[in-house]
Amino acid sequence: MSAVPDIEISRTTEAEVDHFAEAEILSKRHAVGKIWRVVFASSTLVGIIALTALLLNIINSAFGYVAFENTIQPEQLAISGVSIEEMSREDLVIVLGNHVSQGLMRRFEDEMPWEERTREDVYDLVQERVVKPTTVAQWSLYQSLFKVDEIRQEIAEKYRGADVIFKSWITVDFITSPQSSNALIAGVRTAILGSLWTILIAISFSFPIGVGAAIYLQEYAKDNFINRIIQTNLNNLAGVPSIIYGILGLALFVRTLNQFTSGAVFGYADPMTANGRTILSAGLTLGLLILPLIIINAQEAIKAVPNSLREASYGMGATRWQTVWNHVLPSALPGILTGTILAISRAIGETAPLVVVGASTFITFDPTGPFSKFTTLPIQIYQWTSRPQDVFRNIAAGAIIVLLVMLLSMNAFAVLLRNRYSRRI
Amino acid sequence: MASFNPESSNGRYAIEAKDLNLYYGDFRAVKDANMKLERNKITAIIGPSGCGKSTILRSLNRMNELIPIYHATGEVIFNGININDADIDPVEVRRHIGMVFQKPNPFPKSIYENIAWGARKVTQYKGKMDDLVEHSLRQAALWDEVKDILDQSGLALSGGQQQRLCIARALAVKPNVILMDEPASALDPIATLRIEELIQELKENYTIIIVTHNMQQAARASDFTAFFNMDDDRAGYLVEYDVTSKVFTNPEKRLTEDYISGRFG
Repeated sequence: MSAVPDIEISRTTEAEVDHFAEAEILSKRHAVGKIWRVVFASSTLVGIIALTALLLNIINSAFGYVAFENTIQPEQLAISGVSIEEMSREDLVIVLGNHVSQGLMRRFEDEMPWEERTREDVYDLVQERVVKPTTVAQWSLYQSLFKVDEIRQEIAEKYRGADVIFKSWITVDFITSPQSSNALIAGVRTAILGSLWTILIAISFSFPIGVGAAIYLQEYAKDNFINRIIQTNLNNLAGVPSIIYGILGLALFVRTLNQFTSGAVFGYADPMTANGRTILSAGLTLGLLILPLIIINAQEAIKAVPNSLREASYGMGATRWQTVWNHVLPSALPGILTGTILAISRAIGETAPLVVVGASTFITFDPTGPFSKFTTLPIQIYQWTSRPQDVFRNIAAGAIIVLLVMLLSMNAFAVLLRNRYSRRI
Repeated sequence: MASFNPESSNGRYAIEAKDLNLYYGDFRAVKDANMKLERNKITAIIGPSGCGKSTILRSLNRMNELIPIYHATGEVIFNGININDADIDPVEVRRHIGMVFQKPNPFPKSIYENIAWGARKVTQYKGKMDDLVEHSLRQAALWDEVKDILDQSGLALSGGQQQRLCIARALAVKPNVILMDEPASALDPIATLRIEELIQELKENYTIIIVTHNMQQAARASDFTAFFNMDDDRAGYLVEYDVTSKVFTNPEKRLTEDYISGRFG
């Protein structure tokens, strides 16, 4: 073995070191670093400004003064001094009967007998059908806070008879009321339930299939040409525009599998949904949309399980299935769940594919099962913002806040779930 | 399918490698290895980095087959059966020839479950699990340290304790041979010493084959030493295989002497 070769190391004596030049180089190195720091910080700032603008814009529309006029003033409906707020259910039915046609009363009765209706239900009907409040003007939160005088002046000039209140467009009533053509009493209950139903179907369809495929690709599949093609295509599928999935859903679930998605094969025949434009079609379409996402996320989670764990298991004579089921999957579970919830968040916000699959833009009754017609929150928002009346912009802002809260709580749930499972290990 | 009968294992040699050639794709990592590994003895495999020590160790229980491009030719005779035969199930091989790895890798489960899992799922042990867990932990000289914290995570133990837990886990499925791939290289000197003492106790009942980087460890703790070196074509080959005391005091080959005296490697 050769000895260490003699390498000439040029030695610089203390006197030869140019301290001044070194200091200059150092300050140049720091300067470059500072420039990049500013660049990175300003990128972050642009993002923050954009987000803040979005949130402010929504909040600006979601609160503010409203001027509305009633077709019939509630005071005029009082029976012997008792206002409609304090009336019993029976009296409210009488008030309603006095002001709407008998045909309409019979329709209400057919939908649900008066005895079964709650007082609030009848009160809402009186509001909707008799009092009929209609907004004549509304102002943004900014105007309501800082330009009160101008609003007063405007009301005095143009809307003399109108009632003016400061209204939060997002209220408990807004969340629990069904859709209505009257913005003042419209709510998002139908849309929330529609969203939950479609997500439930999407996830029960794509979670087992997605995780199963991920396990196969990661733990069983050999690294050969076909599997590499499958992998590449999966990655591409995750980036396909969602409207394409909508068209696929339309062709596959609405048209081809019409008998199945409309529930006809299960003996469920509703002429209104027999064309297959049901919650089931929408859920399966969203399921297809998030399937590649779930597969890729689950694959990443499985890939992140250290190989030493697999070796430990195989090394003591465990089979592949025992290794996967008892060691790999439990370790990968937090990652799989996080990825799945993020995929669900994506699905909740999807609009385009549902428009294609045939979401109803206006339904007032709640979905009752997978074969119901449906609308979802994003569809509702889209529909409201495209209305000509300004006031629908305000309730759209309210619905956007509901959607954002739903998304944020799902993501928070994902984080909690991950922390909980990772701590257990 | 051929199966192994541990009761019949009374020959002198636990494992015999015959003309073993190990490949990663086209690359031959180990060539023409012939070794007879004595039963109830500790055999150390030493050699410079990249000479195929780990590869040959992992070929003895077909662990290496987890690497897709790997394949082996030649025979590995275990209890009279060539485990490289196509009709031998590697799962069965690994159950009889256990393994302890370089980095301690306990399951992310409780200490108790670390031991019980293999017995429950691999050997489907029907006796009293508590007794088996205690016995295995005692064999691995870990019982006194963990008997009160059996429900704690195995990952909460120190590195040396984790490695002994891995040994206990391997013992719980009652193997004949235990392969150890540099089991002490990630441990401090005191933990290393404990592992070496433990290995000495274990050879009463098990055949142990240990790969080590540490020549002092091989000299201290093994009965036989196999010295591998890397040839010009980068394939590892067996240079010398003999009783440890002979290899370290009076080696036959010049190369062995150079290596153990630290002149290369």
